Amino acid sequence: MSDAKATGDAGKGGGKGSDEGVNPEKDLSATNLPGQRGDQGEEIRVQRGMFGADNGGDTSGYGGLVRSIRLPGPSSRPYGGWFDEVADELEGALEEQGLLPENAIDRTVVDRGELTFHIEREHLVRVARTLRDDPALRFELCTGVSGVHYPGDKGRELHAVYHLRSITHNRLIRLEVSAPDADPHIPSLVSVYPTNDWHEREAYDFFGIVFDGHPALTRIMMPDDWQGFPQRKDYPLGGIPVEYKGAQIPAPDQRRSYS
Amino acid sequence: MSTHTPSSTAGTRETTEGTVYTVTGGDWDEVVESAAKADDERIVVNMGPQHPSTHGVLRLILEIEGETVTEARCGIGYLHTGIEKNLEYRTWTQGTTFVTRMDYLTPFFNETAYCLAVEKLLGIEDQVPDRASVIRVLLMELNRLSSHLVCVATGGMELGSTTIMIYGFRDRELVLDVFELITGLRMNHAYIRPGGLAQDLPPGAVDQIRELVKKMRKNLTEYDKLATGNPIFKGRMQDIGYLDLAGCMALGATGPILRSAGLPHDLRKAQPYCGYETYDFDVPTADTCDSYGRFLIRLEEMRQSLRIIEQCLDRLAPGPVMVGDKKIAWPAQLALGPDGLGNSLDHIKTIMGTSMEALIHHFKLVTEGFRVPPGQAYAAVESPKGELGVHVVSDGGTRPFRVHFRDPSFTNLQTMAAMCEGGQVADVIVAVASIDPVMGGVDR
Repeated sequence: MSDAKATGDAGKGGGKGSDEGVNPEKDLSATNLPGQRGDQGEEIRVQRGMFGADNGGDTSGYGGLVRSIRLPGPSSRPYGGWFDEVADELEGALEEQGLLPENAIDRTVVDRGELTFHIEREHLVRVARTLRDDPALRFELCTGVSGVHYPGDKGRELHAVYHLRSITHNRLIRLEVSAPDADPHIPSLVSVYPTNDWHEREAYDFFGIVFDGHPALTRIMMPDDWQGFPQRKDYPLGGIPVEYKGAQIPAPDQRRSYS
Repeated sequence: MSTHTPSSTAGTRETTEGTVYTVTGGDWDEVVESAAKADDERIVVNMGPQHPSTHGVLRLILEIEGETVTEARCGIGYLHTGIEKNLEYRTWTQGTTFVTRMDYLTPFFNETAYCLAVEKLLGIEDQVPDRASVIRVLLMELNRLSSHLVCVATGGMELGSTTIMIYGFRDRELVLDVFELITGLRMNHAYIRPGGLAQDLPPGAVDQIRELVKKMRKNLTEYDKLATGNPIFKGRMQDIGYLDLAGCMALGATGPILRSAGLPHDLRKAQPYCGYETYDFDVPTADTCDSYGRFLIRLEEMRQSLRIIEQCLDRLAPGPVMVGDKKIAWPAQLALGPDGLGNSLDHIKTIMGTSMEALIHHFKLVTEGFRVPPGQAYAAVESPKGELGVHVVSDGGTRPFRVHFRDPSFTNLQTMAAMCEGGQVADVIVAVASIDPVMGGVDR
């Protein structure tokens, strides 16, 4: 993703006053923009303009501003503290099962004192079972799954985030699995952590992530006949347009905002 | 009956009132037919969602044979209000006013968990002033009292003991009076904010809390006298709602349910936050795995909370209650005016009259909010019901990209089937009461 950032054209075309805005892949190097993490990290979106309005409502002059939104990227060893121990044990245990760790673990991220393993979805169940059963790992308690929708993260739009707690060793780690919008399938962890039953139903209900192998994947919060998945970012908020002196106030996701 | 072929999704039909969706399952017709053919005594009882003993809009679907429950399922979602989605369209600070409404019996826990997560994202955990942390602990422990009191009170009422109910709500009222004095509201406070607190304790608060502790010490013994040794109470509670340690771990149950199985797991001890490691208190457990054990644990936890509250009062030292970073700290100085709580006139005089920059800064911070660096964080607190976890994701903007609450009520309610199947119908009520689900937290 990051190789798309051209390096030679830094500073060319400030963007202000330009009609079409600026093509970030061509005209700007990311490093000279405010609030950038440089090439590091994982780009999830490119934001244009300043006020979040993409229907021409931005008359502020900042319409040409381009920012790439980056989440913390993969970390390299040592991770620090007990993180290395957990990573070693997990990699060792996976190797024992004849699974190359680099095939199962896409990347390892250490950020804000938290350890995250990005797991390839086809290996999720085995990794979770290993984390639960290996005596050196023993993550007995799963605190459920949280879905996140990154529409700009092409090819891996839907993320399922699991937090596993080890009471034996008093540790907490995070697993993250992604699936594309076009194929929203992630294997279910109910066979390993039965507590995920309702949590996966909730993530299905709100994000449309299909958890393969779940015993009864039905809606849990929304009515059974609801159409669409409300917590996806592209789900229209609708709402009733409020009319004031002939003008209509749009739904919150259509309004100008600072984000 | 519709004639089109059954599909897994809802079929539509236009009527004068608009589009009507008809849910058709793949094998629903077969299920109905076979149920009609069967000649056993099986009865399906639908309890709730409007039923006084199901703790809010909880729907229980019980399959019974005689008095025995053979299958129990929950129907939830009747109180779903889309709080998590709403948060994505408010600033980080406004988020507290939403999360406080999730589990409405534990507002301070929701707020603290959310703020701890936001502070982790901002990287300002170390800058939160001591006084703010002490007051957070103080309020959380007061809140633990009021939440457990509701649990004990409603649980007693469902057993037919209205005296316990009266006692519980009487004592909860004392706690809510303190909340009202401190935050101005009995519930839904939005008092704890990212970076600290909305404002300092008002004059007289410490004295009133000391008074409350004294009164509560006396009142808590009444529950022991009335219920703990009561043979009827014990007969209804003992060995009911049984869930052992293996069941708790598999189903993710935390809080009093887990501790009633004998595991002293408490995040205040295991993963301390807000300085809990510096307080002196015990984690009560029971080894009965039943409703009675959970009742005893809740009573003892209330006594431990009183201990913590006293320690908080003793260590309250004057100081700021908000981080020093003016890019995060809410600039307003609140004061009570003739028309209620609002910005203090002095503050308005300063920003309007003397400093244009302060006015701009105030305006920007209040309308736009502060930016939070991209990333994700998980913060968990030990709420009265168990592990309350918050997963927040930021994309660098002034609003949360995603906030997910792992509410303990939601997870614990899954244990209902394991606790009730094979038991009597009347015991379902006791088991559900011992789970202490609050539908505001379950459905969010």
